[in-house]
Amino acid sequence: MQLSREELLSAYTRMRTIREFEERLNVEFQKGTVPGFIHLYSGQEGIAVGICEHLDEDRDYIGSTHRGHGHCIAKGVDVKGMMAEIYAKSTGVCGGKGGSMHIADLDKGMLGANAIVGGAPPLALGAALTAKTLKTGGVSVPFIGDGAANQGTVAEAMNMACVLNLPMVFMFENNGYAEFTAASYATAGSIEARAKAYGMPGTTVAGDDFFAVHEAAREAIDRARNGGGPSVIEATAYRFHGHFSGDPQVYRSAEELKSVREDHDVLNNFRDRVTEAALLDQQELDAIDAEVLTLMDEAVAEAMAAPDPMPEDLFTDVYNTYQ
Amino acid sequence: MPIITYREAINQAMAQEMRRDPLVVVMGEDVAGGSGGSAGGEEAAGGVMGVTQGLATEFGRERVIDTPITESAIMGMGAGAALTGLRPIAELMFADFIGVCFDQIYNQAAKFRYMFGGKAVTPLTIKTLIGAGMGAGPQHSQAIYPWLSSVPGLKVVTPSNPYDAKGLMIQAIRDDDPVIFCEHKSLLAMEGEVPEESYTIDFGKAAKTREGSDLTIVSMSWMVNFCNEAADQLAGEDFSVEVIDLRTTSPIDYETVYESVRKTGRLLVVDEATPICSMASEISSAVAENVFESLDAPIRKVTAPHTPVPAAPMLEALYIPDTAKIAAAVRETLEYEL
Ligand SMILES: Cc1ncc(C[n+]2csc(CCOP(=O)(O)OP(=O)(O)O)c2C)c(N)n1
Ligand SMILES: [Mg+2]
Repeated sequence: MQLSREELLSAYTRMRTIREFEERLNVEFQKGTVPGFIHLYSGQEGIAVGICEHLDEDRDYIGSTHRGHGHCIAKGVDVKGMMAEIYAKSTGVCGGKGGSMHIADLDKGMLGANAIVGGAPPLALGAALTAKTLKTGGVSVPFIGDGAANQGTVAEAMNMACVLNLPMVFMFENNGYAEFTAASYATAGSIEARAKAYGMPGTTVAGDDFFAVHEAAREAIDRARNGGGPSVIEATAYRFHGHFSGDPQVYRSAEELKSVREDHDVLNNFRDRVTEAALLDQQELDAIDAEVLTLMDEAVAEAMAAPDPMPEDLFTDVYNTYQ
Repeated sequence: MPIITYREAINQAMAQEMRRDPLVVVMGEDVAGGSGGSAGGEEAAGGVMGVTQGLATEFGRERVIDTPITESAIMGMGAGAALTGLRPIAELMFADFIGVCFDQIYNQAAKFRYMFGGKAVTPLTIKTLIGAGMGAGPQHSQAIYPWLSSVPGLKVVTPSNPYDAKGLMIQAIRDDDPVIFCEHKSLLAMEGEVPEESYTIDFGKAAKTREGSDLTIVSMSWMVNFCNEAADQLAGEDFSVEVIDLRTTSPIDYETVYESVRKTGRLLVVDEATPICSMASEISSAVAENVFESLDAPIRKVTAPHTPVPAAPMLEALYIPDTAKIAAAVRETLEYEL
């Protein structure tokens, strides 16, 4: 289905924002100013955005992974608040107590990045149950890596979603690797076939093609929203960086590393498509790129200047009440 | 004697045992360093922290097995293989992930021998990273050995230095019961003297890392190093502090603790775990119950607070018991008069 100008601009802006957020973080991390460790989403932008462009902020939920920055941005979490969280500052979306792997914003329908592989799909099941019970019309989408696909929690969540006919889309991002281990080694059979085994629709799309993801997502999300139950989308994805920022990636060949960036860049593909079809022009896309870069400069500067949490914050929010 | 790191000491222990006993196999996520990548078969990492580096090259991928991310299956496979004739080392990358697979460990492996009327032998070693200090956040930083130690049938090992890490790892592999070997991630780079040859350290035998007569500190794992530092500092103030490193939190060497408290009359327990049902509370209650008459001051505990581990490094630093907190607690306990 043809996207409107506004939709195209929105999708491009979101994808570019994710890309520059990650690229900038990578640079800052190498300087040693970012605490902990970070997993970058560059290369996979089309998947998060292709899904989330169909989701509402208030009634739809996503569950995320350790590689969660892109999912957060696609679902509308404040970029500056995210940056401050990754810098462990009091102005971060979680007050600095969660960090990169726990960014969450329940007001935006973002159930949290997750440091436990396979942690989110059962939680997303819960959000779908709420939507079904309260008849909100909401849909719940867990993002799942090829590595996570092999966790029992994922199999359990897929079965339960089918048994209860819950409004869900299981969004698998197959970027070929889980840490240093290839999906071709660790993931038996196919993910799409696993969907069929539970009796739900499953489809595979090219994750470097925003339009393909967007179309598959539309169908799956519409189906879920209209009571048609859960389904699976598997997107082939391309991880531009290592498992974490700083991973030397000796397990990947030079040709592969070159090819993911040169042949599978979803942003380049998008630009080519929309300019060739004369839907958007280079100048307006360049203008977006420039705006996004300015936003990143501001986000990093503000995060670095922001105050640390207060020492007493260590003890708050363990419970709501506790006597 | 060669000086090597805690990481190398554990690696050496595994390699030596694998050479000695063909039944020893290693399994876990990326323990062989990643499989199936486009660059071919070389070892990329040898575990996320490099602790298993070189094992796949020396022993082959039949004995050093990269698994999918599937902790229930890894722990269950380890337990089942141990029960049926192998001597597996199953890696749980970070101890925090135990939530995914605890059934296989505490309902299955830990109970086989008892439930099956003494007929089962389960020589399973689970090696796992524990502890704070890396800014790794709430789900990658916990010190969960107290609640593992509360499970009958499990043994729990918490080495504080390279020498102990090697001897305890070899003992863990040779031991016929399921053992959880807790590697502290903040200790991996610690250096120390470690003999080249194989040796074992018995479980349930504490070490005295400082001799003293005024006060006893009991601790384990990373914290022992802060306790030693505090004892050295306080020696300059003419306080004589004894430090006992439990080395294993199951079994616990209560006798060494009692004997020390009988001598010093004062006890501080230092534990990186959260305070409720911690090793600190276990040691405190055992001392109160068994050597009460010897105490000249209330027992003190220095632990983490009853909170998750925060991501922000400055909050994490407040969370972790450190030398200053330990030294302050020692001074207060020494100043106490009945
Ligand atoms: C329960 C659990 N097991 C293992 C890990 C360590 N770990 C973090 S990310 C990761 C790889 C995940 O791979 P995949 O699901 O494909 O996601 P990707 O990194 O490719 O985005 C592993 C093994 C973890 N965080 N939680
Ligand atoms: Mg992956």
